[in-house]
Amino acid sequence: MAEFFNIVMHAMVVENLALVFLLGMCTFIAVSKRVSTAIGLGIAVLLVQLITVPINNVIYHQLLAPGALSWAGLPATDLSHLRFITFIGVIAALVQIVELVLERYFRRLQDALGIFLPLLTVNCAILGASLLMVQREYDFVGSVAYAVGVGAGWAVAVILFAAIRERLRYSDIPVGMQGLGMAFIITGFLAFGFAGISGIEF
Amino acid sequence: MRFDKRFPGPIIDDNPITVQILGLCSVLAVSRSLEPALIMAAAVIAVLIYSNVAVSALRTVMPKSIRLIIEVTLVASAVIVVDEILKAYAPEASRVLTIFVGLIITNCIVLGRAESFAMHNRVLPSLADALNNGVGYAAILLFIAATRELLGNGSLLNVKVLPDAFPRNDMMQYAPSAFFILGLVVWAIRSWHPEQAEQPAHSAEPLSYQEVR
Repeated sequence: MAEFFNIVMHAMVVENLALVFLLGMCTFIAVSKRVSTAIGLGIAVLLVQLITVPINNVIYHQLLAPGALSWAGLPATDLSHLRFITFIGVIAALVQIVELVLERYFRRLQDALGIFLPLLTVNCAILGASLLMVQREYDFVGSVAYAVGVGAGWAVAVILFAAIRERLRYSDIPVGMQGLGMAFIITGFLAFGFAGISGIEF
Repeated sequence: MRFDKRFPGPIIDDNPITVQILGLCSVLAVSRSLEPALIMAAAVIAVLIYSNVAVSALRTVMPKSIRLIIEVTLVASAVIVVDEILKAYAPEASRVLTIFVGLIITNCIVLGRAESFAMHNRVLPSLADALNNGVGYAAILLFIAATRELLGNGSLLNVKVLPDAFPRNDMMQYAPSAFFILGLVVWAIRSWHPEQAEQPAHSAEPLSYQEVR
């Protein structure tokens, strides 16, 4: 349990995907003008991470990793170079399935998250989490913890950022800096804040 | 739209990063020094050309309902080839770039251009469009990387440029500095091309009677 908590906190704070690894930035900048939409997006990311990372973990360790096919009598086979195409396929398919399930059984949730789900298929944060999970060599439980951590960390970051941007509407910004330019500077400061935490060990 | 008219096209007017806001992750994350940035730029341009040309060539035979999956598969196979080539011939760079080579798959520029341009145009204009956007991406990435390496380490492409007496700016070694430089780049471009600037979300003028009503 202590190790589970450790992985969650590490992935959420010390190695925050949005503000330390800078993944998923296009969505981060584009869909953060209001706190309410940012909350929806954050929950959608957490949900998709929770589903895709553990499933990709199982697929990688049972089929793709070097020696994983020894149960089929092929101990020398190494399919790990196929992980990009496999992971993106799994993510695309799972996002579709989640959409269908939400549409059928959870209409309220679908109304709130629906527009974000297709966007997340091509979000670097989702594919990045699966690739980092392979690099870190997590087992299944570890990958669940990692998914919780990265998903929650990304959600917290985007909600924080949206809250700052809402306040920004009333400040006097130079014309060329309106919108995109200021968004970059703010994200820079937020990232600095998270860089300050990076020394902490849990 | 002829090939020679589109390239070299509007690299500032329609830059994928500062105008279309696509492909930010890799620009921010691999810009610490110039060498990996150069390799990353070349990899993205190669994948972009392949995907735009392939999608454009297949656009008439692709069923509309599964076109996204086909596009992603095309891009992913190109990225696998690029990744294997890098691992074989530039293992050092491949280690520095880590997962960011794989993340070219989800680089919004690649899918964005395939969806919005290559799906509706013939092969040659699509090739020109890929070059345009690739060069626009590379220009911003290389500018940020050069600035960060020069100010943070005093070197360019690992060759010392600034004298030792010049103080090194350690901030440039950290990721947030990429945001600051990119923000300033956007500011500079929008001061030069004011038509790109966004309207303020809130105006300081008091509302008129009509608006209040």
